[in-house]
Amino acid sequence: MIGISAHSVYIPRARLSKKTIAEANSWFDANLNSLAKGERAICNWDEDTITMAVEAAKNCLASRNAPSIKSLYLASTTFPFTDRQNSVVVGEALNLESSIRAMDIGASQRAATSSLVSLLESGTKGDALLVSSEHRRSKAGSRSEMLWGDASGALLMSHRNVIAECVAIETLSVDFVDHYRGEESDFDYDWEERWIRDEGYLKTIPLAVEKLIKRANISVEQIKHFILPSDQIRTPGAVAKSIGIAQEAIVDNQIASVGVAGAAQPIVLLSKVLEVAGPGEYILLLGFGQGCDAVLFKTTKEIVQYKPSMGVEKAIANRREETNYNKFLSFNSLIEKDIGKRGEVDKQTYLSGYNRRKDLLTGFIGGKCRVCGTVQIPREKYCVNPECNALDSQDDYCFSDKLGTVATWTADRLTFDWNPPAYFGMVQFDGGGKIMMDFTEVEEGKIDTGSRVSVHFRVRQFDSVRGFRKYFWKAIIKD
Amino acid sequence: MASGIKDKVVILGMGCSKFGERWESSPSELMVEAFEECIQDACIERNQIDAAWFGAGIDAFNVGASAMPLAIALRLNYIPVTKVENMCATGTEAFRGAVYAVASGACDIALALGVEKLKDTGYGGLPQRSRGLENDMYWPNLSAPGAFAQLATGYRAKHNHNKEDLKRAMAHVSVKSHANGAKNPKAHLQREITSEQAVNAPYIAEPIGLYDCCGVSDGSACAIVTTPELAKSLGKENLVSVKALQLAVSNGTESSHESWDGSYLKTTRIASQRAYDEAGIRKPKEEITMTEVHDCFSITELVTMEDLQLAEEGKGVREVLDGNFDADGKTPCQIDGGLKCFGHPIGASGLRMIYENYLQLNGRAGARQLSDPKLGLNHNLGGFPHQNICSISIVGPYN
Repeated sequence: MIGISAHSVYIPRARLSKKTIAEANSWFDANLNSLAKGERAICNWDEDTITMAVEAAKNCLASRNAPSIKSLYLASTTFPFTDRQNSVVVGEALNLESSIRAMDIGASQRAATSSLVSLLESGTKGDALLVSSEHRRSKAGSRSEMLWGDASGALLMSHRNVIAECVAIETLSVDFVDHYRGEESDFDYDWEERWIRDEGYLKTIPLAVEKLIKRANISVEQIKHFILPSDQIRTPGAVAKSIGIAQEAIVDNQIASVGVAGAAQPIVLLSKVLEVAGPGEYILLLGFGQGCDAVLFKTTKEIVQYKPSMGVEKAIANRREETNYNKFLSFNSLIEKDIGKRGEVDKQTYLSGYNRRKDLLTGFIGGKCRVCGTVQIPREKYCVNPECNALDSQDDYCFSDKLGTVATWTADRLTFDWNPPAYFGMVQFDGGGKIMMDFTEVEEGKIDTGSRVSVHFRVRQFDSVRGFRKYFWKAIIKD
Repeated sequence: MASGIKDKVVILGMGCSKFGERWESSPSELMVEAFEECIQDACIERNQIDAAWFGAGIDAFNVGASAMPLAIALRLNYIPVTKVENMCATGTEAFRGAVYAVASGACDIALALGVEKLKDTGYGGLPQRSRGLENDMYWPNLSAPGAFAQLATGYRAKHNHNKEDLKRAMAHVSVKSHANGAKNPKAHLQREITSEQAVNAPYIAEPIGLYDCCGVSDGSACAIVTTPELAKSLGKENLVSVKALQLAVSNGTESSHESWDGSYLKTTRIASQRAYDEAGIRKPKEEITMTEVHDCFSITELVTMEDLQLAEEGKGVREVLDGNFDADGKTPCQIDGGLKCFGHPIGASGLRMIYENYLQLNGRAGARQLSDPKLGLNHNLGGFPHQNICSISIVGPYN
């Protein structure tokens, strides 16, 4: 059976202090003060489920040599597109082969665990990538706003270099409506927390786990890591106790540092465990929503040598504090912001033109001239080298994994940007090629000519009239 | 190189509207204002014009497509009229069309007119507009100050200037232009400013502050050109002739090839050298007596002085601060106030520059008249430092 060969996460750098949420909203709901501990991860204005998925997957692939990906599953309940395969966008941003089996799986908090189960049972021969990503939206001043966070996690599933193998799987499908989000609503609607705990978690999960344990022929005491994604702070403890799993095995849901990342939460927490687990340890991974998925993993000897390129601990440490609650509301379209007349310019995407340039726009592919060796982006018909100018002489050259240096820059306060000033400038890439591009997440005073950058797939523009969004690559200053 | 057009074409007349926030005037009214001055100066009838070139930069906020708006506004007599657009270098492009038509012998008398109505957008600064279907998909959403601010960072990095020195020199450029503009009744901004104001103004695009930016205005300017022989036969004296007219257009090398470091304008260097060759100028620093350059931003003017070989490369900061380009300096620059004080109605600016040199050479520049001007250079730039169009024209007394 295929197993986990690599893992990584992506957690947005921006962390909103929960105190600022409580300060803004406790006039209405004083109970929020009791939740105002720590911070939560929030997407920058140009991040969404797709961009975070690309980051997590890129991180994951970077930790293994040339995996040959044959399938890509993307799990989420917050896809930017309801009818445009989001996983295909991710696959093209990663420059995976177009022959991959790509699939979006959603509509449940256990979308990721169900994808995982499906992959484990699929009998696939090639390597597979499972990415789960969630950009959570909740009403201003809600409990959810306090408890949730945005994040993404990725697993490389393979027959080679397996660090954790699946021991047993159990699934229950039960239409228990603890919450729902209908076609006509932007936000979840949920029921009382105590009822969900007693009639949902505590009735469903023990049932599945009991069967699982029996099937695996182990005892509950052997479970070293118990992952129950939940935004209910005490529920994992209550469920563990009812099953007989040690309290030390409970994996913290990171409510005070990241927030619960919806369908991505199981994979983020699994990654967190895999980073610290030793060989031969049992991990029980659960997904709860309209029933539950229970997957039992056992780590192998391979885990000792493996190091993720972006583990949870590092991702949490890579942070920037955000204390402006209004900015968070604005980034998530929770208030109607006056964006000025420059923001009114029509942003229609001409799909046929977009399609012609997809290699540049999604894959960040330029060209390398076979005649003179000049690396260039964008690729045009004639080579840009004035001494060459050869026709149709360029091979694909990928820039998305290259580092670069800032040659020119500015902070533009005149042009429209969702988070002004707009930073952009000329980036000179290591190994050749240069392009003027946007910089994102620039902290004032931390950019100059000579600054080093990496490039990242981000939202470039929203076309709110037509419900479309454009993506492109942006540079981020390396610390 | 071709023999060029030196002294083959002279200016018969010129006109320029008052530039500014012309809320009350339509583009047609601005065209008529410039044209009436021009045709009276030329002392001809409208029906003597054989062909016209019409420069207008932004269709959406101006007159729309085609050459018809000019023909209609001026009631031209069904003559050939060509609309031209080459970004912010559009004005000189209209002039180039008219001048080449006369130089070729295709026309005896030709008209060039540029107009722009920038103040109908509803907001400050140049209008936000499309850069074409493909560019819009990946170019940064850069404003003009955002584009030229990068020239400042590129220039500073190359020559290792500190931020403060460069900013002071940029401020000097603007202070000088405001002092000149204060003496020009047609300028939009006619008020002097101090260096402190310029240095301390809020950033528009770092390190470009408010006073480093040119104004945004409505305006129109035009020229009627003909052959020296015809001008003389019409009784015109003290002829101002075209000594050179050159254009260089980026081919993507600056934006995508490592040979360009972002510290200068490659097109300006190329076009100006061609213009010097065409005009037979060997020592520009000594022979050019005045310049009207494309000071869309103070940094552009500073770097342009080097690119035109009027300042030594990397020494522009020093030469600006020494006052070499002030009204009483070695080579006065923007004696009319420049884009800084006129603003930049895109289609009109190139012709407005030539208008000032024409007035100076005719001794008609009023309070700002220079003593004994000889060769005047006009530098009209369109686009951004990494992709642009540069027009250079040189005018002087017809020999």
